[in-house]
Amino acid sequence: MNNLLEVSNLRIAFRVDRKTTAEAVKGISFVVPRNATVALVGESGSGKSVSSLAVMGLLPPDTTIIDPASSIRFDGREILTMSAAERRAMCGKDVAMIFQEPMSSLNPVFTVGAQIAEVLRLHMNMSKAQARRRTLELLEEVGIPDPANKIDAYPSQMSGGQQQRVMIAMAIACEPKLLIADEPTTALDVTIQKQIMELIADLQKRRAMAVLFITHDLGLVAEIADHVIVMRHGEVREAGTASQVFGQPADPYTKALLHCRPSLDARPWRLPVIADYLAAPDARRHAGGDIAEGQGVKLLHPLERQRGSAPDDQPVLVVRNLSKSFHLRDGWFGKREFKAVKDVSFTLARGKTLGVVGESGSGKTTVGLTLLRLHQASGGSAMFEGRDLIGMSAREFQGYKRRIQIIFQNPYASLNPRFTVGEILLEPMRIHRIGADDRERTAAAYLLLEKVGLPASAFQRYPHEFSGGQRQRIAIARCLTMKPEILVCDESVSALDVSVQAQVLNLLQDLQDEFGLSYIFISHDLSVVKYIADQVMVMHQGAVVELADSDQLYRNPQHAYTRALLSAIPRHG
Amino acid sequence: MMAHASVGLWGLAWRRLRADRVAMASLAVVMAFLLMLVLSASGLIVADWEDEVGVNYAPPGFVGAGPVAAVVAPVAPLALPDNPFDPLADDIRALRTPVLDMYGVADPLADDLAALGASGVAAAGAGKRATLPFGADKWGHDIIKKTIKGGETSIVVGLVAAFIAVGLGTLFGALSGYCGGAVDDFFNWFYSIFTAIPSVLMILAVAAVLQQKGVVTIVLILGLTGWTGPYRLIRAEYIKHKAREYVLAADAIGASHWRRMFAHIFPNVSHVALVQMSILVVGFIKAEVILSFLGFGVPVGVVSWGSMLNEAQNELILGRWWQLTAAAIAMALLVTAFSLFTDALRDALDPKVK
Repeated sequence: MNNLLEVSNLRIAFRVDRKTTAEAVKGISFVVPRNATVALVGESGSGKSVSSLAVMGLLPPDTTIIDPASSIRFDGREILTMSAAERRAMCGKDVAMIFQEPMSSLNPVFTVGAQIAEVLRLHMNMSKAQARRRTLELLEEVGIPDPANKIDAYPSQMSGGQQQRVMIAMAIACEPKLLIADEPTTALDVTIQKQIMELIADLQKRRAMAVLFITHDLGLVAEIADHVIVMRHGEVREAGTASQVFGQPADPYTKALLHCRPSLDARPWRLPVIADYLAAPDARRHAGGDIAEGQGVKLLHPLERQRGSAPDDQPVLVVRNLSKSFHLRDGWFGKREFKAVKDVSFTLARGKTLGVVGESGSGKTTVGLTLLRLHQASGGSAMFEGRDLIGMSAREFQGYKRRIQIIFQNPYASLNPRFTVGEILLEPMRIHRIGADDRERTAAAYLLLEKVGLPASAFQRYPHEFSGGQRQRIAIARCLTMKPEILVCDESVSALDVSVQAQVLNLLQDLQDEFGLSYIFISHDLSVVKYIADQVMVMHQGAVVELADSDQLYRNPQHAYTRALLSAIPRHG
Repeated sequence: MMAHASVGLWGLAWRRLRADRVAMASLAVVMAFLLMLVLSASGLIVADWEDEVGVNYAPPGFVGAGPVAAVVAPVAPLALPDNPFDPLADDIRALRTPVLDMYGVADPLADDLAALGASGVAAAGAGKRATLPFGADKWGHDIIKKTIKGGETSIVVGLVAAFIAVGLGTLFGALSGYCGGAVDDFFNWFYSIFTAIPSVLMILAVAAVLQQKGVVTIVLILGLTGWTGPYRLIRAEYIKHKAREYVLAADAIGASHWRRMFAHIFPNVSHVALVQMSILVVGFIKAEVILSFLGFGVPVGVVSWGSMLNEAQNELILGRWWQLTAAAIAMALLVTAFSLFTDALRDALDPKVK
């Protein structure tokens, strides 16, 4: 018996209401060999998480229908027909799971030590003292500094990376044979992500356990996975060894996933999108005979885009010494000042893109919000056409609002769920009296929908009827109604699937080419920034540590922090 | 996704509600009550509720006139054996008149009654029915009609007072939660004072200020004291929502504070207001009964479920339970249906589902 976990013909549907069901997993089969790392890769809606939850028995029983022909065998035992008690005994002991969001997986009112010890006492029958000793060892093993102290800390007193380490310590406490990691690094900064990935790889080797690693990011698992399974729409598109999947991907979807993500080495004129690969045969024939996929896409866009600042750039926004402090309450009467942004200065050139990178808490988002006066700046100036946007009165700024706009990170949160798309698009035009009457505005809205690649029927629909990428297009269209000159993109593609991300990046690029927009592109994703930005500003703890042309910055980083960031980017191939 | 007709969040909530059988059944009951209210308010039914169609305290038809009528009918005087040694025996015998009431005591008005009967007034009583489908009250009003008429007052009081309370609570809560700072402090201070005073005292104080009895007074009393619950919830919702990205986005496109508060945030928290409203309707219908008991209820001449229960207090010791039962059943039915509907509504409107 060489396989630890054998999933065969797994078919899962969810009850939507009394009559309809939605099939989430359509008869997939895969195996996890002992002592190996298997990556389950797919975009949202691919069924990867549902499959892993089925292994743990964590799907809601009243709405889940698992096909009777399905089988999940763990260590030779059928899981699906087990009793609830047997299953509970197995989960947590032989199979353990870590989740995406460590903050919400840990109970905030118990110390981390108590939470790890609970698992040990439940499954390993340890005494209190034994459990505490073992907990200390575990914290040491997952690399928590000063474990003797941290064992009595509450989750909120730890950073996100440390919390995830605690989750891992809890998961490996009972020496599981299989560790399921569901997007364990997605919520973490890139440098922390690298550390956690190394920790998981290290533990897997040391403890000879199997790891089922679930992620949307194919590039991330290149270094640690032995086998890769690519899923889409509840089906397995490709399965094979890592070298095979990354070296010679057979499925066009896998190829698309590998190429849609902007890479650090190349900057194609347009990013390839999934449709380029899947609509394949016809498009390739157009491109010229029998060239292989992948290459064909490159040939379609032979030019590499050149980026960088030029001496004849016209400055559109000149920011000097921008700072922002928050006053936090400290005790009953005390106040503490927290400087989120410290003396940030930069110049944005017309028609160019300034990338702002940094980890969470670096103040990059605050810079964007302060420029739009969504936060009140504590000091500094932002000159736009000879006027200081920061210093002017709120009444005066109202007239400038349409000229500097923002696209937020989460398209699920930034659109009012009670407005139709039409209302969302008409509102800014009504407020700023753009267009003579509503008929003209409606016509303009329809044109914009077309421009951002949405059907005209979208006009009467509500945001919840659209996918994440489509919603981000709606948000972009809303900004475009006001014909802004400066667009702040605050992590605007970070919440999107890789393939959708490429589409939105292409859209932003097209709009810049067409309207000469200037972008301030805020992101934690250095590959994306490298692709889109002319200049890059690196922020750390509220201050600018480096500001340079993007090619130069990536080729020859000056600051130690920039180098640390760059070295943490997962690379494949 | 693009195939079906577009439905908004309200449409989706309605769909979820439709799928819930309990919700639909309770909604049907509530709608039936509302229909009854509209019909009786417009005078299409029970306009004649004040007609004295039955005899006093006519019992329900299913009980029958028998046992109760027997109580009301005069009984034969007790034939006490004469005491041969009683020196007053002769006097007593002389006092005994042929007309005795049910307890065998001489009725001094017997002659007058007989005269009245002869003149035909009692003949009017003869046309009254001995039983009614659900009995009659002291004056012989049909209890069913009285209950329907009483529901008119009770439901209107409940609905209007809840509307005022939720309206005030929403306005204060929105201002408080959205503006924060000094405005929030002010409303919180106001709220603390209101909730620090026991509610019955508060109601008595408002009643003393308003100085007059009437349906409008009750509505004002309940509405002006009931806003605190919705206020607290709406304020919390506004604090949560004002930092949401869609509100920031509205700020970025230049929407005014007023617009952000009521065009953007309010539709997203309106489910809270709606659920609060239906909870308060139930509470206020019950509160009207308590107010009637305290003497701040509807004035004489207006009937409500509260005043019916108030009357029933005195009737119950006489064994006339039907007015109490009718008012209680009607109220329990509406309150239960409304509460079940409220629960279902909360589930259906929960925006977390989508």
